[in-house]
Amino acid sequence: MSEHIMSSKFYYTIWIALLCLTGITVAASFIDLGPFNAVVALVIATVKALLVVLFFMHVKYTSEKLTKIVIVSAIFWLFLLLALSMADYATRLWT
Amino acid sequence: MSDSPIAVEQHGPELLHHFADADQQRDAATLGMWLFLATEIMFFGGMFCAYLIYRFWYYNEFAAGSRSLDIWLGTINTAVLICSSLTVALGVRAAQMGKRKLLVILLLLTIVFGFAFLGIKGVEWYGKYKEHHIPGNSFNVDDLVRDYPQLHIDPRHEQIYFSLYFAMTGLHALHMIIGVGLFVFLTYYAWKGRYTPKYYTPVEMGGLYWHFVDIVWIYLFPLLYLIDRHR
Repeated sequence: MSEHIMSSKFYYTIWIALLCLTGITVAASFIDLGPFNAVVALVIATVKALLVVLFFMHVKYTSEKLTKIVIVSAIFWLFLLLALSMADYATRLWT
Repeated sequence: MSDSPIAVEQHGPELLHHFADADQQRDAATLGMWLFLATEIMFFGGMFCAYLIYRFWYYNEFAAGSRSLDIWLGTINTAVLICSSLTVALGVRAAQMGKRKLLVILLLLTIVFGFAFLGIKGVEWYGKYKEHHIPGNSFNVDDLVRDYPQLHIDPRHEQIYFSLYFAMTGLHALHMIIGVGLFVFLTYYAWKGRYTPKYYTPVEMGGLYWHFVDIVWIYLFPLLYLIDRHR
């Protein structure tokens, strides 16, 4: 986190990338990809979230490893919540 | 303290006495903020989990509800939030470089973007109110049942989609309102000149919060607006 000052041009580049990805995800929703519409939308959302976390929130340049551990654990816990819940609900109709 | 053998150094907010150095203090603040954001991820996570389960069960109703939203207003709002994240990132940079006026301008711009987002969200909610799509006594989705006969919509299941829509966007909007409030404070103190290249932690932490709320919307937008436009 310390004195790592990025150029403003760098932030503008990330901003343009985020706007382009928004445009792409909207455009993709108008194309019929079957079940892959959801996959494409979530992959693009995750790329956008990564850009924000790594560069706008400076996680890529943070010196504190604990911070990164907290972030990864938080995502892991969220994944546990979603995966274990769906392991129940998605399999209830199995016989 | 005059009889103390050790001279007590006076510290400003840039280095409180229980930290070894400024880097340690900043890392501690960042870690604490991320711990808070981890609890926020779980807070929203419960709703995303409910969404996932009901989307799995009532896919057709979710698709119809998604198509009843205004995709263009949603897209504009996404762009507005991305712009606000840019002004926040540039604001933190201005604070790092000690550019007080630029910092105040960027913080004010962020507040303007925040209000723009909430205003557009309000327009969308009002549209849903007029269409009787708000869950409750006057809830009525005869229009969707008529428009999408191929989806065989059950109004009770459609109500679950709209309950989740209002709960998730409502909770997100509440976070936006809190964010705008935080940024009003930040702007005031930035204008007073409290933040310097040595001490701008509040700007940085406020920024982390704002970016987090932006990320929640980055997921809400495709999940609520872009589900399935082809059935």
